[in-house]
Amino acid sequence: MSRKLELIVLAIILVFAVQFVYMSSTTDAEYGGADGEAEGVIEELTGGTYVPIAEPFWEPPSGEIESLLFGLQAAIGAGIIGYFLGYYRAKNLYEGEVAYKGKNRDSETRS
Amino acid sequence: MHVMEGFLPTPWWQVWFAISIPVIAFGIYKMNKLVNEKREILPLLAVAGAFIFVLSSLKLPSVTGSCSHPTGTGVAAIIFGPAISAVLGVIVLLYQALFLAHGGLTTLGANVFSMGIVGPVVAYLVYKTGMKANLNFYLVVFLAATLGDWATYVTTSVELALAFPDPTGGFVTSFGRFATVFALTQVPLAIMEGAVTALLFKYVINVKSDVLVELKVVEESVVRKLRGLSS
Repeated sequence: MSRKLELIVLAIILVFAVQFVYMSSTTDAEYGGADGEAEGVIEELTGGTYVPIAEPFWEPPSGEIESLLFGLQAAIGAGIIGYFLGYYRAKNLYEGEVAYKGKNRDSETRS
Repeated sequence: MHVMEGFLPTPWWQVWFAISIPVIAFGIYKMNKLVNEKREILPLLAVAGAFIFVLSSLKLPSVTGSCSHPTGTGVAAIIFGPAISAVLGVIVLLYQALFLAHGGLTTLGANVFSMGIVGPVVAYLVYKTGMKANLNFYLVVFLAATLGDWATYVTTSVELALAFPDPTGGFVTSFGRFATVFALTQVPLAIMEGAVTALLFKYVINVKSDVLVELKVVEESVVRKLRGLSS
């Protein structure tokens, strides 16, 4: 199976990763969240007079808890994707083996 | 792209709810109908939703020196269309609003509009146009997911600029400032999202292309060509 697409994707991610490593070690960029920066812009535009009409009723009490919940979110998603892609792959593989012993079918499902 | 809790004054948060709710309702109707008619799509629906879960949890550093996250809605938009993507978007945005204080309940309408509706609509249209023009499938997926992601952040900038026009320059000046924060930061992240989305499609094509053909996402001939090239 050709890995061309994987290599292209890897190259794209690497370009940005290298850029990040370089920039984070040579400048003092803070890498804060864009959502928070927007809050700053709102404050400047309104001259600090804007009072939010509502507050989040619960906030993660610390950065650790926040990253826990973000990690959980990613893990749930990754688990579901991996489960179903793996399920389909194995299903194709074994159905192919039972139904056709032919070479064509086999190489197709293994791709 | 999350407009934070409380950061849209009346009447704007109601306006975005009013626009988003009909789309979500239509999406739920469409999703129920599709699942009842074709139960075999259920796992793929879960994968599309899970992809949004993963990508929207990853806050990535950008060239502008700040962090933002991709949206992951391209997969759902291409396979199931914008309305169902909006429903999946609601699930993720609710999780983040309730557990992470990212976004909020009053701003949910605005956030669903940008991430669940405009992004997927753009991705869907780019995908359909690209496939009609007979471009390479993975290139089209890349473009669709990239532009969909980016459109989401442009929309967030519009939403904030409408609610907070600049005292002297009005909407345009204000939009420029929010776009500098959101749309500019998002360019590299959108490109990465497009690339990863194309990769996911490669795996779906390899293991479960029959459902994609059934849902008329791709034609049989395209699948055969892609598998021929990649096997």
